[in-house]
Amino acid sequence: MTDKALSIDHVSKDRGKTRVLDDINLSLAPGQRVALLGHNGAGKSTLIKSILGLTPIHGGAIQIGDATPGSAKARRETAYLPEAVSFHPALTGREQLTLFAQLSGTKADVPALLDRVGLSDALDRRIGAYSKGMRQRLGLAQVLLGQPKVALLDEPTSGLDPISRQDLYAIIDELAAQGTAVLIASHALTEVEARTDRIAIMRKGRMVADDTLSNLSALAGLPIRLRVRASDNPDILAAELGGNRTNGASVELLCSPDDKMEALRRIAGLGDAVADVEMTPPKLEDLYRHYAQEDLQ
Amino acid sequence: MTRFLAITRTEMLILRRNRWLLMATLIMVLFALALTFAGSAPTGTLGVDMLTVSVASMTTLSVYLAPLLALMISFDAIAGDVDRGSLSLLLSYPAGRGEILLGKFTAHLAALAFAMTVGFGTAGAVAAWFGGAGPESLLALVRLILTSILLGAVFLALGYLLSALARGATAAAGLSAGLWLVFVVLYDLGLLGAVVMDEGGTFTQSVFPWVMVANPADAFRLWNIAATEGVAMASGMTGAAQALPVWAAPASLLIWPVLGFALARLAFRRVEP
Repeated sequence: MTDKALSIDHVSKDRGKTRVLDDINLSLAPGQRVALLGHNGAGKSTLIKSILGLTPIHGGAIQIGDATPGSAKARRETAYLPEAVSFHPALTGREQLTLFAQLSGTKADVPALLDRVGLSDALDRRIGAYSKGMRQRLGLAQVLLGQPKVALLDEPTSGLDPISRQDLYAIIDELAAQGTAVLIASHALTEVEARTDRIAIMRKGRMVADDTLSNLSALAGLPIRLRVRASDNPDILAAELGGNRTNGASVELLCSPDDKMEALRRIAGLGDAVADVEMTPPKLEDLYRHYAQEDLQ
Repeated sequence: MTRFLAITRTEMLILRRNRWLLMATLIMVLFALALTFAGSAPTGTLGVDMLTVSVASMTTLSVYLAPLLALMISFDAIAGDVDRGSLSLLLSYPAGRGEILLGKFTAHLAALAFAMTVGFGTAGAVAAWFGGAGPESLLALVRLILTSILLGAVFLALGYLLSALARGATAAAGLSAGLWLVFVVLYDLGLLGAVVMDEGGTFTQSVFPWVMVANPADAFRLWNIAATEGVAMASGMTGAAQALPVWAAPASLLIWPVLGFALARLAFRRVEP
């Protein structure tokens, strides 16, 4: 019916009098990795729960392939990692994963899956004795069950140490490579930067941005930051370039992407007075701040 | 269909792992044995065998213990998963809510049945060994075990209902304690008060027995008492049992689990993890 793994079409949801999701549009093609960013309470988790059919929506439509949320088919085709996932402490990792495999109706090599997420040592230990990171890995292992069309990961990096995060993104890449559309809700901005195909930003229940990182930067027109270190007297530099003095020896100036070369030429023209130049393009953090707080004006 | 069995298997594993099964069985055995020995005195005067007296004592015990044990497992069934945050994950799998509830119910009922059978069975065997038993008292024992399991089923279902309605497992535990108190203690006290006030009027004559049998705990008691003359004599409660048709108590005890489960299923539908 449709070539989209997931399509969200003008979705709205009210909770009491507040509109928690307001005309949300988002679609994921098979194999696409999309980061869903937003403050706490922006509606990320609510959107994910709507996609899972766990909470009703009051307008618009959601489709997983050609199935509706909550239908048996949709549930077979989605994988979900809840925020701060936890399991019954009395079960072992193997038992818990076996249950999920049986529920999903897939034949799964449980030990191999647990090995894939680095839990082979803890296979037969009770989940009650697991660390937070280990529980998160177990949660990740169940995402790999079957071959889901859509994987929804809610704050998957919370509680993971840096090495585990590397593993996590390797697993996300693996999922994407097998054709699974992956939606990653996160506020760990720096990590999703290089790892996703697209970035969607939510604010107060509305989708305020949905594009590739470079397009978003261009659209936002955020300035490039130039830090010029003076070899001798920073005041002369400041007077010449018109930037702000930062620490004792540097001047910082902002310029738009179009003016970047012009600014660099001027700096080069100052000759020996400049000891060093550092250039920082806008980061996801700046972009995020731009899109997530825009309406404060 | 296999999905609900997967849930059942896992729940059984949990009950074994967290020693609930062991503790419940131990409690049943100890209480049943204690009552059998403590209650063995009136055998001679009533002219019935020891197993009959034992069954009468254990009937009184089961009225309190079966609902309590059942609620102790069931209050956590939904609210606990919500608290742990594992319910949303479970519901994202193809298993339906009905299947999940049925899977848990099957496991919990099996565990209760095990504890009841072992507990009452042991005490019954001891009573029969020391004080003799007949076909009628053996039948009474089997009836006691089966009706206790039914009574447990009622309170399992009601426990799920509370677990789905409550905000959090702690609240569910509190509600369950309240429910137990109402059904097992306060309900009878209220009826007793009403009968005393009424002084043998129309309420006592025609309404009271029906109100009484509407409570599954009392229906359980009436069924066991009405069915065996010896047990009725030993427990000294024949009046109420005779005022009702024979089917009233079994009907109440059979309808309640179905009704309770349906209500729990309905309440579970509205739970948003």
